[in-house]
Amino acid sequence: MMKNARATILAAAVSAAAIVSFAVPALAQRDPAYAAARANGTVGERVDGYLGIVGDATPALQSMVNDINIKRRAVYSRKAVEKDATVEQYAMTAGCQAIARTVPGEKYQAPSGEWRTRTEEPPERDSRCP
Amino acid sequence: MTDQKLTGNRAGATSLTVTRGNRAVGHVMRHGVRVTIRNAGVVMIGLSALSGCINVAAPEEPIVIELNINIRQEVIYRLAEDAANTIDENADIF
Repeated sequence: MMKNARATILAAAVSAAAIVSFAVPALAQRDPAYAAARANGTVGERVDGYLGIVGDATPALQSMVNDINIKRRAVYSRKAVEKDATVEQYAMTAGCQAIARTVPGEKYQAPSGEWRTRTEEPPERDSRCP
Repeated sequence: MTDQKLTGNRAGATSLTVTRGNRAVGHVMRHGVRVTIRNAGVVMIGLSALSGCINVAAPEEPIVIELNINIRQEVIYRLAEDAANTIDENADIF
């Protein structure tokens, strides 16, 4: 009985250690709801560096997108100050990169403002994008 | 004189949608009856200079018509590497 309890504690410690060791990269992963929304095309990358809702907005979707965009804006603001740029300039540059990094099936906004589905072809980006 | 001016203006306006040859006519008409050979020459030089300008400006037109004209390409190029790193460091929100 005591041995079992000790084994349980040991197992718990080992799994806790495992969780901690995976926790750092796990923090940098997308939330499953966000990952799913990207994959099924309900959200897409906008040209201005923020996330957009492609079809009809549901309250849950809207709140998720707002949350991500507030976080993005905070990051852009901090980095823009570091690089002596405006938030809009930094955000648009990040938008160029974020659109370039979309994978086939994901949505992105073309310079015309229309939503496009990423294919194997390079995405249609603003002419100023690197 | 007023009638001639009106006619000249009208010809000039239509010539914009037609050809360069017609525009020359429009210019001559606009200057009225007292167009001398020298003036016509100036108009021709002006037109050739103008056509040169149009040729140079043409490829730049699509770049000018953008949503955010105050964000210049050189700025984006300067920030590109840093922005790429930012996306990597914040993979949860990108």
